[in-house]
Amino acid sequence: MIPELGQLALALALCLALAQSVLGLLGAARGETVWMAATRHVARGQFVFVAIAFLCLAYSFIANDFTVAYVASNSNSALPLHYRIAGVWGGHEGSMLLWILMLSVWTFAVTLFSRHLPLEMVARVLGVMGLVSVGFILFILFTSNPFLRLFPAPPDGRDLNPLLQDPGMVAHPPMLYMGYVGFSIAFSFAVAALLSGRLDAAWARWSRPWTTAAWCFLTIGIALGSGWAYYELGWGGWWFWDPVENASFMPWLTGTALIHSLAVTEKRGAFRSWTVLLAIVAFALSLLGTFLVRSGVLTSVHAFATDPTRGIFILALLAIVIGGSLLVYVLRAPKIGLGGGFEPLSRESMLLANNVIFASAAGSVLLGTLYPLALDATGLGKISVGPPYFETVFVPLMAPALFLMGVGPLARWKKASLPDLASRLRWALATSVLAGLVLPFAMGRWGAMVALGLLLAAWVAASGFVQLYEKVRNASSGANSWARLQSVPRATYGMLVAHFGVAVFVVGVTLVKGYETEKDVRMERGDTVEAGGYTFRFDGVTAVQGPNYAAQRGQIVVTRDGRPVTTLNPEKRVYRVQSMPMTEAAISPGLTRDLYVSLGEPVGATAWIVRVYHKPFVDWIWGGCLIMALGGALAASDRRYRLAARRLREQYAAVAEMT
Amino acid sequence: MALATELRCLVCQNQTLADSNADLAQDLRNQIREKMRQGSSDAQIVDYLVARYGDFVLYRPPLKATTALLWFGPLLLLAVGFAVLLRRLLKRRAAEGTTVSAADRKRAAELLVAPPGEPR
Amino acid sequence: MNRYAILIAVFVALLALLAVGLKLDPREVPSPLIGKPAPSFELPELHEAAKTFREKDMIGKVWLLNVWASWCVSCREEHPVLLDLAASGAVPIYGLNYKDTREDGLAWLKGMGDPYKLSIFDADGKVGIDYGVYGVPETYVIDKAGIIRYKCIGPLTPRIVKEKVLPLVQELERA
Repeated sequence: MIPELGQLALALALCLALAQSVLGLLGAARGETVWMAATRHVARGQFVFVAIAFLCLAYSFIANDFTVAYVASNSNSALPLHYRIAGVWGGHEGSMLLWILMLSVWTFAVTLFSRHLPLEMVARVLGVMGLVSVGFILFILFTSNPFLRLFPAPPDGRDLNPLLQDPGMVAHPPMLYMGYVGFSIAFSFAVAALLSGRLDAAWARWSRPWTTAAWCFLTIGIALGSGWAYYELGWGGWWFWDPVENASFMPWLTGTALIHSLAVTEKRGAFRSWTVLLAIVAFALSLLGTFLVRSGVLTSVHAFATDPTRGIFILALLAIVIGGSLLVYVLRAPKIGLGGGFEPLSRESMLLANNVIFASAAGSVLLGTLYPLALDATGLGKISVGPPYFETVFVPLMAPALFLMGVGPLARWKKASLPDLASRLRWALATSVLAGLVLPFAMGRWGAMVALGLLLAAWVAASGFVQLYEKVRNASSGANSWARLQSVPRATYGMLVAHFGVAVFVVGVTLVKGYETEKDVRMERGDTVEAGGYTFRFDGVTAVQGPNYAAQRGQIVVTRDGRPVTTLNPEKRVYRVQSMPMTEAAISPGLTRDLYVSLGEPVGATAWIVRVYHKPFVDWIWGGCLIMALGGALAASDRRYRLAARRLREQYAAVAEMT
Repeated sequence: MALATELRCLVCQNQTLADSNADLAQDLRNQIREKMRQGSSDAQIVDYLVARYGDFVLYRPPLKATTALLWFGPLLLLAVGFAVLLRRLLKRRAAEGTTVSAADRKRAAELLVAPPGEPR
Repeated sequence: MNRYAILIAVFVALLALLAVGLKLDPREVPSPLIGKPAPSFELPELHEAAKTFREKDMIGKVWLLNVWASWCVSCREEHPVLLDLAASGAVPIYGLNYKDTREDGLAWLKGMGDPYKLSIFDADGKVGIDYGVYGVPETYVIDKAGIIRYKCIGPLTPRIVKEKVLPLVQELERA
């Protein structure tokens, strides 16, 4: 009964979403205040019913209802409760329901935090979001229904994929989807603005916190996925440029360009058409990602049970949603106008240059991901494009962006002076060059790539410090430093923190790639192996039982210069239901290094192949991502977005009238 | 074996030859080791594998006529992007020179008086 | 208006590419050996270990080389098709027993039926590698001059036999 209730709730949500679109878009087009006002309530109703549907599915998992086909293929009675709940999004159908839930949550948030926006704008934004909802709910109901029944019901389920039975994996999809779906808000704002014909600084200000929040979630989602791959897959890698990883990275790159572009449009009213296009493209890439993961067009370690029929539906959705919005863009963009003027050397032009770099980076990732498909489709051959390509291409593209990160925030709006910038940054430059020349020796040996990476990271950090110093020094209010620090807007701190996060990330990547050690050896009980100055002694393997798995647990004792450091217990598990073997690596994390051990295969009666890694500064990779996300959160929660409603509305009306 | 990290496993197609546990991957790793022992260079081993499995086995796509766009594409994108940017910046500078009426100036001044507490 | 045309064109091209992609199989690895001489080998026969068989022995004839193994599940699917094809006498089929043990291979043929003129025994899979085998079963059509003309990856089906293999064999016989 509950699953049927869930399906009914979904159907009702579809009706409400449809009503939301019609009331919102037609209401705005015809100036019908009643319709526009109703849109908010209808949108909230949609959220309620989607939530009900989700709860029904969750209930079916918790109650072990194996008459529901989706539950039977993704759960098991021996599965611990928290993983039974996570199983809701463990497969294709449920994950799409999660997608819709995220969309309705964001929709609900928009209805709550849009009091200060003109009614017409809100109605259009909700209308566009409603259209997206309609598309996805139809997709679920027609091709990916999680509530389908299975007769006869199996006595027990096929268990959740063991790879997903892990806290990192539990959190990764919700965070990622919050990000993907969050970009639909920027998209909806952009299309709404295009439809209204009014694309001004106000629009950018409204969009910005939403876009930044979505970007935060996406950053965390990607970091979780990468961190999970690192500790779960047993080979110490954390990014493989796999098509689905790329599918999440492209919206991130475009989203980063978008939040910078919005900054300019908000402050100076410039780049409006470019910013709108970025908003459309960011969401388009989110949809493309959904398509790539679920259609079977590309092989990927991530691929859900792929199905070309679903692929066709998503492709149609992509064509309608993005094709439609591009059409609106093409029709309305010429009327948008130039906005504020600026010199070829100015903060605006540097931000524009930053956009070109990030857009090229996103384009390159897209090129590399789809190129094998393009060659195959045109009969020109079958190739593979993997990490060697992406690394060769991506790093040179990003280096200029890192350089600009130091200069841009210091450049004046409208017109900047090169000598002025050079003089303000000379110490930062000197520090960076010194760091690049000297620090590699502290790690053991000098290398050009490591030097470059450290130089750029130091540059970002040092110039960030200069930015903060100047802001405090020039602050108008406050006699002492503390008051001045407090007077710096939160959004500025957001920027500084986020950029600092990038520097931390670059340090992590540079040092891990430059100095990591891997030893892959056959070990008997008592054997030792050295890596990174640490000694690893293998003390054999014992059999253990878990709640739904049986494992061989190894014991590795780690010492350094004779002093004990830690004991690591890597496991080789076999999950009973799916008979799937899994490697559980054992990691000793640290601020300056990770020690990573995993079991390979048994050799003979007593020996095992053991993989031992010393990974310096690897946690700075995810630490950097979290710091970036923190910066984004700070920026999104800046006071100016929360000022008194009426005053803002009056101001925006006046500004809109003038432009 | 650094070479094996740039080669694709044909069975577990989302792993490198170095990481895959597939039988074929083990066989191929053994073959590679054997050839290295016999003195073959990396390039010769790559040719050996490509002759049997095609370019698919390489994670670093070879540079040929059909992959020229792939390898030069990113640089091209960047160059075109900057070229377009530069052109518009310089054109914009040339097009500057509009005048602002006195009434507009007054209105702008009123609007630009920021309420207390709001950052500029 | 020009740059907008580029935008729309790129988007449409992308959609077209993805639509075509839905029909393709990204996992399939086409063989670079088509049109090239069949790699040479000299292997013991499965049934009679003392005798050896070489691809040169087949020069002047059109033949099929089918790679199989007793541990291979898809080979069971394909076996009836091979038996039918062998019975029809259209083209001789030779088997390559890939990475198997003699006992298992012989027992399998005994139980399932033997469509092969003979099977050769490739215990360590080296010949398989030379032929670019990556997933069993695979079937090669080789012409009179010893050139590989076609490779079927995965189990043979009656449709593939009817539409691809037989017409090709007939054409090669005429040459």
